[in-house]
Amino acid sequence: MSNTIKIKKGFDIKLKGQADLSIGKAVDTNRYAVKPTDFLGLKPKLCVKADDIVKAGTPLFFDKSQPEVKFTSPVSGKVVAINRGERRRILEIEIESNGKFESVDFPVEEIKSLNRDKVKKNLLESGLWPFMVQRPFGVIPQVNEMPRDIFITSFDSSPLAPDYEFTLAGEMENIQAGIDVVSKLSKGKVYLGLRPGSKFSTLKGVEINYLNGPHPAGNIGIQLHKIAPLNKGEIVWTLNLQTLLYIGKLFKTGKLNLERLVAVCGSEVKKPQYIKAVAGASVKTLINGNTKNETNERLISGNVLTGEKLEENGFTRLIDNQVTVIPEGNEIEPFGWIAPGFNKFTAGKTFLSKLMPRKSYVLNANYHGGERAFVVSGQYEKVLPMDIYPVYLLKAILVNDIDKMENLGIYEVVEEDMALCEYVCSSKIEVQSILRNGINTMIKELA
Amino acid sequence: MKGQGIKNFFDKHRPKFEKGGKLHPFQSVFEGFETFMYVPDATTKKGSHVRDYIDLKRTMIFVVLAVVPTMLFGMYNIGYQHYHAIGEFAQTSFWQVFIYGLIRVLPVIVVSYVVGLAIEFTFAQIKGHEINEGYLVSGILIPLVLPIDTPLWMVAIAVAFSVIIAKEAFGGTGMNIWNPALIARAFLFFAYPSHMSGDSVWVRIGADADKVVDGFSGATPLGMALTGNIDYNIWDAFWGFIPGSIGETSTFAILLGAAFLLITGIGSWRIMLSTVLGALFTGLIINAFAVNPFMEIPFWHHLFLGGFAFGAVFMATDPVSAAQTPAGKWIYGFLIGVMAIVIRVLNPAYPEGVMLAILLMNTFAPLIDHYVVQANVKKRLKRAAANV
Repeated sequence: MSNTIKIKKGFDIKLKGQADLSIGKAVDTNRYAVKPTDFLGLKPKLCVKADDIVKAGTPLFFDKSQPEVKFTSPVSGKVVAINRGERRRILEIEIESNGKFESVDFPVEEIKSLNRDKVKKNLLESGLWPFMVQRPFGVIPQVNEMPRDIFITSFDSSPLAPDYEFTLAGEMENIQAGIDVVSKLSKGKVYLGLRPGSKFSTLKGVEINYLNGPHPAGNIGIQLHKIAPLNKGEIVWTLNLQTLLYIGKLFKTGKLNLERLVAVCGSEVKKPQYIKAVAGASVKTLINGNTKNETNERLISGNVLTGEKLEENGFTRLIDNQVTVIPEGNEIEPFGWIAPGFNKFTAGKTFLSKLMPRKSYVLNANYHGGERAFVVSGQYEKVLPMDIYPVYLLKAILVNDIDKMENLGIYEVVEEDMALCEYVCSSKIEVQSILRNGINTMIKELA
Repeated sequence: MKGQGIKNFFDKHRPKFEKGGKLHPFQSVFEGFETFMYVPDATTKKGSHVRDYIDLKRTMIFVVLAVVPTMLFGMYNIGYQHYHAIGEFAQTSFWQVFIYGLIRVLPVIVVSYVVGLAIEFTFAQIKGHEINEGYLVSGILIPLVLPIDTPLWMVAIAVAFSVIIAKEAFGGTGMNIWNPALIARAFLFFAYPSHMSGDSVWVRIGADADKVVDGFSGATPLGMALTGNIDYNIWDAFWGFIPGSIGETSTFAILLGAAFLLITGIGSWRIMLSTVLGALFTGLIINAFAVNPFMEIPFWHHLFLGGFAFGAVFMATDPVSAAQTPAGKWIYGFLIGVMAIVIRVLNPAYPEGVMLAILLMNTFAPLIDHYVVQANVKKRLKRAAANV
């Protein structure tokens, strides 16, 4: 059974620097890191110390609140440093690869004969468990919960996102294995969200829905909302196709292999293209020398809406398959608020760029204005394809009214779903961090 | 770097305005002028790395731009009405007519901005936040809804009342319940009724009182309708050659502004359209049951008379005091249209029903939104209940 869902609300930010469908050469720096900060609400407890020898799949730390959930090394080599921040918070476990990419051996069994406990154990031991995301709230799946359904998105609609049809071409068998594995985790359905015309429509054992429309059509949150909305007390586990591929390979070969193609993109990249690298690679591995202006640019692990700002010698987030480089834009603009704006990309209609739309635009990280109270109404609704009143939800969060947050749909959204609201906001309100505060309040309340 | 000189200038003088500096009490003024000269260089720290180029300053300035046609026409019309009243229109050139209006309207606008912005800057300084752009719009709307003969001291008092009581008392731009410009108008209407209504305030005669031609009344069409003595040309009302508040007479100029607001997406088409529909609907009903000449005015004439068009395009659409939800906007606008015509026609003491209708619906907008949002909440609870 398949079903096409037309998504009208939303917006595609037409950024310059889409990655070519070609594969470039990585500059191996042998440096990798796992960052506990990639995972919300995680309290890490270390299992290794500096100079320990590890393989891909060796546990580096675990989650204090769920000790079964292990976070493992993506490569084989030596732990070179535990980098800490304020109050000794662990920021990075840095590993120097030995270049051999050896993995710990995990059990290989006929997938058909696996039961739920064996699947769980293998995912937890290998460190692939935290690659899955639990809704509501976008947290690491709780080991002892039984999810209502499993949701998989097969495409990323965010700006300059990697094209899975390209990066995962030829991996159909492993992805299918991944589906067979995760379907054992839930008694409910496994939903797969596809773009119309996708090659992945041949996958079996899933309920297929086609989503046609602009970003955020590819977000799990939107698909979940349109297909089988989440009610209070329900949970689902979600994954993207890349994670599914890691899982499929693990169960078929018994090895943890986190190698994937990363889209290196953005207006400041000289040659935007895909680079093959293992998850957790240093950003230098991916972009060394491939940017136009090394001083005044912003490196982002992930996309421009939800990504993390990286330092020049930083490491990409484990879950990201994309690195974006845009101009920092820390310069003033005389009378910018009245300029006609032929080259200024906008979701609204107040710049003349609307008259002569171009294929793509350079956007920088400038706020383009100061923060104000909520004034203009109707902006957020245009880019959030959900039956939710976003401003009312945000106001409920700001006044810390838990009942209202619940009634207004906080279980159905995470930051990425409302990131576009933040982008279009003329009052420059920090939508994503307000939403996260509300979610944290809810998590505490429900604990 | 582009504009670096001007930034250096502000950077050089900034320390004087910061805490401990000699000019610290003027910090809000300094920052206000700085962001007027250029969009600052601040870049995103968290959340989305890219942000749209639109900001509140641009939004507000676009509303001001939309008002410009009515303002210019209002100036011309002040002169037009004046020279007609004294019977010298035929001998007067276009520019003389316009300049006559210009020099009478300009002081009102200047007083409105000076008093309003001074209060806004003071509040921004006391509360320690950036100056908000809200008054840029209110500052031009207030003069345009006043009769030309309003004394400047009255303008100043009305502006002060509106900014302090109707806006800052609630927390500033974005927090107010009522449209500040209409509060200023309503304040004058109730505090100084003799200056805000009647037949003598709409046309500026000035020192030429002895020259007024025989048969001149100075009454607005709605004022005439009140006495049952209806004598206006609907095309004059459409183009705006009738007595009335400074900026409200020309439906044509207001339509230009409306087109600009709709093309740029700044004004809400839902509110504008539903307000017009509400007025037409009510006008038809009143026509059907007409028992006096006022009720017999063809229903569509109401769109061109009095402050209706100005209210529907520039006042009802104020995003802060209007309903915020899409469904709420339809209800809110429609009821404004209904109430405006009901008050105008059925309660002849207040021919300016639009102002009161909008203020009334401003009051109810949060309630309308509440029920729209509750419907959404109920749907969600029902879905949850069905799944248990």
